[in-house]
Amino acid sequence: MSTISTTQALSDSALDKPRTGTWDGGNEPFKASYGKLMMWFFLLSDAFTFAAFLTTYGLIRHRHGVYEGTPEAFKFSTNYWPIPEKVFDAFPGLHGYHLPLGFVALMTMILIFSSVTMVLAVEAGHRFDKKDVQKWLLWTILFGATFLSCQAWEWTHFITGTEKGTLMNDGTVFHGANLAMNQYGPVLFADLFFFITGFHGTHVFSGVCLLVWAFIATTNGTFEKRGHYEMVEKIGLYWHFVDLVWVFVFTFFYLV
Amino acid sequence: MAANLPTQAQVQGGAGVTEPGITHDEHAHHDEHHEQSFLEKYIFSTDHKVIAKQFLITGIFWAIIGGTLSSLFRLQLGWPESTFEWLSPFLGKWIEAGKLNPEFYLALVTMHGTIMVFFVLTAGLSGTFSNFLIPLQIGARDMASGFMNMLSYWFFFLSSVVMFSSLFIETGPAAAGWTIYPPLSALPQAIPGSGAGQTLWLVSMALFIVSQLLGGVNYITTVINLRTQGMSMSKLPLTIWAFFLTAILGLLSFPVLFSAALLLIFDRSFGTSFFLSDIYIAGQALPNTGGSPILFQHLFWFLGHPEVYIVIMPAMGMVSEILATNARKPIFGYRAMIGSLLGISLLSFIVWAHHMFVTGMNPFLGSVFMFLTLIIAVPSAVKTFNWLATLWRGNIRFTTAMLFSIGFVSLFIAGGLTGIVLGNAALDIQMHNTYFVVAHFHLVMGSSAFFGLWAGVYHWFPKMFGRMMDEKLGYVHFWLTFLGVYLVFLPMHYVGIAGFPRRYYAWTGFDTFSQFADLNKFISAAAIIAFFAQFVFIFNFFYSIFRGRRATENPWNSTTLEWTTPVVPGHGNWPGAIPAVHRWPYDYSKPGAAEDFIPQHVPYSQTQSSNLPYEKEME
Repeated sequence: MSTISTTQALSDSALDKPRTGTWDGGNEPFKASYGKLMMWFFLLSDAFTFAAFLTTYGLIRHRHGVYEGTPEAFKFSTNYWPIPEKVFDAFPGLHGYHLPLGFVALMTMILIFSSVTMVLAVEAGHRFDKKDVQKWLLWTILFGATFLSCQAWEWTHFITGTEKGTLMNDGTVFHGANLAMNQYGPVLFADLFFFITGFHGTHVFSGVCLLVWAFIATTNGTFEKRGHYEMVEKIGLYWHFVDLVWVFVFTFFYLV
Repeated sequence: MAANLPTQAQVQGGAGVTEPGITHDEHAHHDEHHEQSFLEKYIFSTDHKVIAKQFLITGIFWAIIGGTLSSLFRLQLGWPESTFEWLSPFLGKWIEAGKLNPEFYLALVTMHGTIMVFFVLTAGLSGTFSNFLIPLQIGARDMASGFMNMLSYWFFFLSSVVMFSSLFIETGPAAAGWTIYPPLSALPQAIPGSGAGQTLWLVSMALFIVSQLLGGVNYITTVINLRTQGMSMSKLPLTIWAFFLTAILGLLSFPVLFSAALLLIFDRSFGTSFFLSDIYIAGQALPNTGGSPILFQHLFWFLGHPEVYIVIMPAMGMVSEILATNARKPIFGYRAMIGSLLGISLLSFIVWAHHMFVTGMNPFLGSVFMFLTLIIAVPSAVKTFNWLATLWRGNIRFTTAMLFSIGFVSLFIAGGLTGIVLGNAALDIQMHNTYFVVAHFHLVMGSSAFFGLWAGVYHWFPKMFGRMMDEKLGYVHFWLTFLGVYLVFLPMHYVGIAGFPRRYYAWTGFDTFSQFADLNKFISAAAIIAFFAQFVFIFNFFYSIFRGRRATENPWNSTTLEWTTPVVPGHGNWPGAIPAVHRWPYDYSKPGAAEDFIPQHVPYSQTQSSNLPYEKEME
């Protein structure tokens, strides 16, 4: 600019310096690295995916008949939406007992515990304690894998069905459920169950893969060399999110 | 993570500005950057500028395809009685005894919409300019994660390959409309296009959404974390505000399309019934019960409506910038411009059901959506008045970019007014699915966004390639296109009011429509001429890359940071420290200033003669 005719004294004044507030640039306004921000935004986006599925669940359930008898007299029928605790009442090794939501409660507990161990892994990362990071990551992996195995059992049981089966509207008796037939209620109950718990399970599976990778990287000292365990923290964010989503899935499919 | 580098370089560069004594090791490092191979430099590049060009050139490719498809179906609509034997070397079996196959006609319409909305005006427009301008205008060396940025392009490329290949399969590409409503899109026995073509469509869109997500988180994070010293949110150029909010819209709406696409994939391929219920097809009852096709529409339009703002907002941002630069005036109502962008972004999420007034929804719900829809007219009008007020008594320079920007405002007004008509539930019931709707959205969103795209290309071409595009050819391109667009879409309103339904192969079977046969012929002729006019642009674009007049660093005398870089910025954008920012981006024709623009990086101490009282107080 040709207006440079100022004295040297002036150039030291405030007129020369850019502002330095929180949002004035040159810093990280949320005190979070770009990687962490990206993880937050990804999770926000993913939350909308799940929200769309749960909305789908709500709208489709709303279209279906409601069971109006007493809970004691409940029988499976394709004509109305089932009472979830009548569907999910089995426990491995306890065949024949009616344990409403017993197994899924255990699964939920395991997943919540995995969140606790995840927190401990992140905390150990802050302390720069490699051994502890490894230990707690391993526990988290273990709990995550257990949850997935439980889900596999839950699915198998759901697919196999009860011994009696249900008399379908076409006069045949059908056991269990698949994407086109369902002994517990309308076919969409099964469709949504497989789809949404499956989608959540895929997320848990990805999380376990990430954790295994983080465990290997920790063991190899990658994060130590990098000077921080932020990657563990980012995976932790993802893991807590997946847990949180499960709380919603659990509420929709098992409680209401 | 190789992508840590830009952050560190940024922080060091920023620190260097406030403490001039510090030497910039980081930049010495940048200068002696190792020789990159061709593959690293142009193909698998992590440089935002190269990625932007990749998006642009892929977008141009898609625009040619999309335009060709529209010319094909306009031929059919304009001359329904003619035979098109001469097209058979090109279309093969889709020409049967000289006639265009009616099912392929539907595929043409579907693919034209899909390509233009997603591949050109989403990826081609915001992919190009968000990538190119965000780091340059906020003063960053690159995107937050260059690697993810590269992935974003390559997912888009993959998605393009899948979509493109679907044009050549035996059953033809998807044919259920760009909105792919089930049950038509879910049942291969309903129409050949719902077979493999639809599957490829869904796969391609899933990849596309991944690309959008990778790009979006990058744009948002970069704007938040990588602004240079002094670049507060209220000193951002309006382009950046527009890209920022566009990315947020994409981040929140595309995942819902992803959900819908995934559910549809299950309905199509795995026998579920999410969107299907009580269907008879060719006398056969399908087993599916309990699903809801309306549910799909809700999910689709939850994306679909924000999508039109994803398309238009980047254009709005660039037009604001170009109008201010070439009117040599500060943008009128800078904060109102940001506020209206925010308003539009917010409202865009709660109006989706105005696409569904005739689905049998509760009229009360319809009136709620109508009310919210009509409110969008307020921020839109704020923007329009601000653009006009920016032009008012400006010292206007009619560059090609300026012409296209003014054209944008014109088209946005012309198309926006009919939006008020269609937003009314009672009127929409009459107009729904007629050519009135087609005319409306082609003006307000299709053509406007295209004009924004062209304006952006003409304006930032010197920074992209170091050369200028030819102005004379630019004028030819502008006038042919501007007139072409109006000659196509104005008559289309009349055709729509007369009741012509969308997506019909021919109207020859209806006596009532015969009086408009000439008008349809006229529209088709204008559309095809306007399409061919685009080759002037394409020639100009590629010719100028190699042979254009050499550009200077700041050919438009503009204030924003990208013009402080070298003529062709290298990797890292600024050879020295990143400039710090002292003022807003619209100091044009400031009273008392030596020149009619003061760039953002010039401190107030150097502009004593033009400092306003409150700026002096900072001493």
